[in-house]
Amino acid sequence: MSVRITIDGKVVEAQEGEALIDVAADNGVYIPSLCYVRGKPCLGTCRVCSVRVNDSVMASCTVPVTDGMEVKVNEPEVTDMRKALVELLFVEGNHNCPSCEKSGRCELQAVGYEVDMMVSRFPYRFPVRKRDHVSKHIFLERDRCIFCQRCVEFIRDKESGQKIFSIDDRGTKASIEIDVELADKMPPEQVREASDLCPVGCIIEKGRGYDEPIGQRKFEIQSVRERALMGDEK
Amino acid sequence: MSTTTKNEVASHELKATPMDPSVQAARDEKIQVAMIGLCGCWGCTLSFLDMDENLLVLLEKVNITRSSLTDIKRIPHRCAIGFVEGGVANEENIETLEHFRENCDVLISVGACAVWGGVPAMRNDVSLEDCLKEAYIASPTAVPQAKLTIPYHEDIPRITTKVYPCHEVVKMDYFIPGCPPDGATIFKVLDDLVNGREFDLPASMNRYD
Repeated sequence: MSVRITIDGKVVEAQEGEALIDVAADNGVYIPSLCYVRGKPCLGTCRVCSVRVNDSVMASCTVPVTDGMEVKVNEPEVTDMRKALVELLFVEGNHNCPSCEKSGRCELQAVGYEVDMMVSRFPYRFPVRKRDHVSKHIFLERDRCIFCQRCVEFIRDKESGQKIFSIDDRGTKASIEIDVELADKMPPEQVREASDLCPVGCIIEKGRGYDEPIGQRKFEIQSVRERALMGDEK
Repeated sequence: MSTTTKNEVASHELKATPMDPSVQAARDEKIQVAMIGLCGCWGCTLSFLDMDENLLVLLEKVNITRSSLTDIKRIPHRCAIGFVEGGVANEENIETLEHFRENCDVLISVGACAVWGGVPAMRNDVSLEDCLKEAYIASPTAVPQAKLTIPYHEDIPRITTKVYPCHEVVKMDYFIPGCPPDGATIFKVLDDLVNGREFDLPASMNRYD
């Protein structure tokens, strides 16, 4: 059923039940996100796509549109909230772009630019988290994980459908884990898929390194905003 | 560095030939700009040089004192705009940064090291003891048969336990990320501020690497 909602004062038409973040993108309004992948089930973990819906702040990937919904994306308060959420992610791990192989095709970095982050307002924590290099094809750089759970949900063993990645423990002790036996069975294209799906430089493909020159990297060719507005998965 | 308690003279305390009064007066009227380097690799300072001929247009309005372009060791007078490269990793960095803050109206962190610690901050996840041991005692490049020691002398600034971003030591007004930011980015910021416009770094110019 067709419904009408307003986004930043503009009336737009959508199909009832569509994800708000998609409706916004289809109507030229970019909402940054780090966990949502268009066409895949919503995870709702990163909250970076928060907007004001009627009078509540909600993650727009979790909101199915309904008739008469009033949405504010670019009002100052909620814009600053999204920026603060990105800034929190930058201090919570070690996001050392100059030394990271993912730089240039990292969604966290690209979204940082889109929310105009120059520095984090929060103190940098420099956490110490053990790296996992046991798997044959994958480096797991745990201090970059933002717990989006994309890899947990969307990367599964081809035969059994079992999860290859999982999150162990909770809160400050939470840690991304890899099932080495299943990971070693991953075909090369699935390793590439996992590393591309990771929005940060946590899942790094062994043997791949700095293969695109600066200036020709993914988000330098086309920004994350342009990609989202074109209906690209991310 | 202060040398008041030692029988030494720092280079900025040496007598210098006075500037021609008319040249000095013309310079004094301009907007004073300076740039210092703390714990970094001087790459951002090189980006300051990369402003190239753009700088010539600005020289009508600005006078550059301490920077990679000059040989001034300490800013001679109050500055309107101060750029800082590098994070804070030793006591000399703290002293230099505090002196700079007291003598600049606007301070700008330039580059990853000044903004959040950068590459030097990679030592933040090991203890200082382990870090110095790795560098001087258990170093794979140690000279064979040499007496291995961690250097210590009153003239060597004591290093801090962790590396800090500049804004955790003094108030910083603006931030230019990048490793290093381009000369064009530094120029845009300087040009905006000198011409009375607001600091504005668009997403298309913002870079963290």
